[in-house]
Amino acid sequence: MATDVMPVASSETSTRPKPRRTGGGNVFGGLSHVALVIWSILVIYPIVWTFLGAFKTNTELFGDNPLALPQHFGWDAWGRAWAKAHIGLYMVNTIKVVAISTFLTMLFGSMAAYVLARYTFRGNRLIYLLFVSGLSFPVFLALAPLWLTMKNLGLLGTHTGVILVYVAYSLPFTVFFLTAFFKTLPTSVGEAAMMDGCSHTRTFFQIMLPMAKPGLISITIFNVLGQWNQYLLPIVLLPGDAEDKWLITQGIANISTSAGYEADWAGLFAALSMAIIPVLIVYVIFQRQIQSGLTTGALK
Amino acid sequence: MRHGRLSPAVLRKYGFIASFLAVPLILYGYFVVAQYIQAFQISLTNSRGISPNFKYVGLENFTGLFDNDVFWAAVRHHGLILLAMPLATIAIALFFSFLLNLGGGQKNGRMAGVPGSGFYKVVFFFPQVLAVAIVGVLFQAILRPDGSGVINSALHAVGVDPVGWLVEPNLALWTIIGVMVWQAVGFYVVLFSAGMSSIPKDVFEAAALDGAGRFTLFFRITLPLLWDTLQVGWVYLGIAAFDGFALVQVLSVDRGGPDNATTVLPLEIWRTAFTYSKYGVASAWGVALFFMTLTFAVLTLRVTRRERIEF
Repeated sequence: MATDVMPVASSETSTRPKPRRTGGGNVFGGLSHVALVIWSILVIYPIVWTFLGAFKTNTELFGDNPLALPQHFGWDAWGRAWAKAHIGLYMVNTIKVVAISTFLTMLFGSMAAYVLARYTFRGNRLIYLLFVSGLSFPVFLALAPLWLTMKNLGLLGTHTGVILVYVAYSLPFTVFFLTAFFKTLPTSVGEAAMMDGCSHTRTFFQIMLPMAKPGLISITIFNVLGQWNQYLLPIVLLPGDAEDKWLITQGIANISTSAGYEADWAGLFAALSMAIIPVLIVYVIFQRQIQSGLTTGALK
Repeated sequence: MRHGRLSPAVLRKYGFIASFLAVPLILYGYFVVAQYIQAFQISLTNSRGISPNFKYVGLENFTGLFDNDVFWAAVRHHGLILLAMPLATIAIALFFSFLLNLGGGQKNGRMAGVPGSGFYKVVFFFPQVLAVAIVGVLFQAILRPDGSGVINSALHAVGVDPVGWLVEPNLALWTIIGVMVWQAVGFYVVLFSAGMSSIPKDVFEAAALDGAGRFTLFFRITLPLLWDTLQVGWVYLGIAAFDGFALVQVLSVDRGGPDNATTVLPLEIWRTAFTYSKYGVASAWGVALFFMTLTFAVLTLRVTRRERIEF
C-alpha cells in the first residue's frame, strides 16, 4: 500500500509545500509534547533523586517528605561510600579489567576478523560460522561448566580469569561485526602495500587497522559498555571470598542487599551516584558515537 | 603449489593466517565452545562439582525439571514478560520516534520532528548505558513499599495509600516489567529513528501533500517501511525477555520472590549451581532455556517474514 504513494513523490509535487495544517494538528502537537516531557521526567527524576539522596541524612530520607531537597550539602556519605564500602577499590578494579579486556578483545577480534574477511583458505567459512554461532547461545547455559573450569584452572577470584572470559565471550560479536566491516574496505590499498614489500602483519597494523577506524570505534564502545555493565560474570567468577577483587556492579548490588535495617542509605545513594556519574559524563561527551555504536551493533 | 611444493610466499601467507587466528581461536574454543558442549554433557550427570565423582543419570535432570513447580513458574513469567515487555517497549518507542522524526509536520517543505528532538533522544537513551544491576538498586529505593519511596510518597501527596510494588505477589512481576520497559525504550527510540531517517523524505511529503493525516502517515507509511527494523527490535526484546537475571536478582524481594512470584530461569540456573551446587541440574535448566530462546528466534523470523520493500 505504501508503494502506491511513492511514484507521485519525486515527480512534481515535492518542491512546493502546502501551508501547514492547523487545528487538530496543534492539539496533537501539544499532547505529544506533554508525553515527551513526562517520559523525560521519568528518566531524569530518579537519577537526580539519587544524587540528592547522597547528601541527605537517614531522617530526611525516611521523613515526611522524601522528595524535599537536603538541608545541607555535605560530602560525608561520599567519603563513606568511597572508603568504607570500597567503591573506590571496585571502581579501580573495573577500570583495570575493562581496559585490558576491551583492548585484547579488539586486538584479537580484529586479527581474526581481518584474516576471515580478506584471505581465502580451507576452513575459513567453518571458523567464521563457529565464531558467529556463539551469538545464539545464552551465557547461562555455560555458567556451571565455566565455573568448574575456572576453579580447576585456579582462576576463580582472579582478574586474569575475568579478563580471559570477557575477551572470549566478546569475540563472537566483535568478529562478526568486524568481518563484515573489513569486507567493505577497498582491497587495492592493501595490495599496493604488499607489492611494495610490506609484510602481511605490517599491512594489517599500519594500513588496514587505520582504515577500519570507524568500525573499530563503534565496536570498542559496544565492548566497553557491555563489559563495564556486566553483572552475571563477576558474581560467578569473583565470589565472596575475593572481595578485594570485586567489580563495581557487584559491589553496589552487595551494599544494597547486605544493608538491612542499619542501612546507610545516604552511603548507598553516594555509591550509586559514583557509579552513574562517570557513565553519565562519558555518555554526554560521546552520546552520538555511543548511540550509533550500540544501534548499528543491533542492526547488523 | 603448482610445482607440488609450497612457495615461500604461500608459506608466508599460511603462516600469517595461522598466527592471527591461533590466539582468538584458542580463547574462544576453550572458554566458550568447550563450555557449551560440556553444559550438554553435564546436564546428563549428577555432577556436584568434584569432577571425577559424577555418574550419568540419563534424562533424570530433565524429567525432574518438568515436575518442578519453580520451573513452570519461571516459564510462565518468561511468557508474561515476552508478551508484555516487547509490546509495551515497541509501542512507546514507535510513538516517540514518530514524534521525534516526523511529528513536527512540514517545515519549509521538509518533514521535521518536534522541536527539541535531539535533546529528547539524548535523555531517553541514557538508561540504556546504565548497568542493569545499578538500575535494580536504583529502583529498589524508588519503589520502597513504605512512604519513603519516590512513587509512594508522590501517591501519598495525592492521598493514595502506599503500594507494595515489589512485595505484592500479583504486582511484583509487572513492576519488574515496567522497569525493563523504562530502561529499554530509549534504545528503540534511537533504533527506530535511524530506521525512519533512512526512509526517503519525499515519501512522507508526497503523502502529506495528498492530504494524509498523521495517523495515516504513521500506520500506512511509516510502519510498513520500518518493518525490518521492527523485526530486529522484536527479536532483541524477545531474547531479552528470556534473561532478566540481573534485574530480578537485584530488585525483587528474596531474589525472585515474594514466594517465587518473579523468578526467571537464569536466576534459578544461578541458584541451583551456586547455592545448591547441583551443577548437573543447573545445566539441564540451561539446556531448556537455550531451546526456548532458539525456538522463539526461529518462530519470530518465520512468522514475521514478508516481502522486503526496496526504496
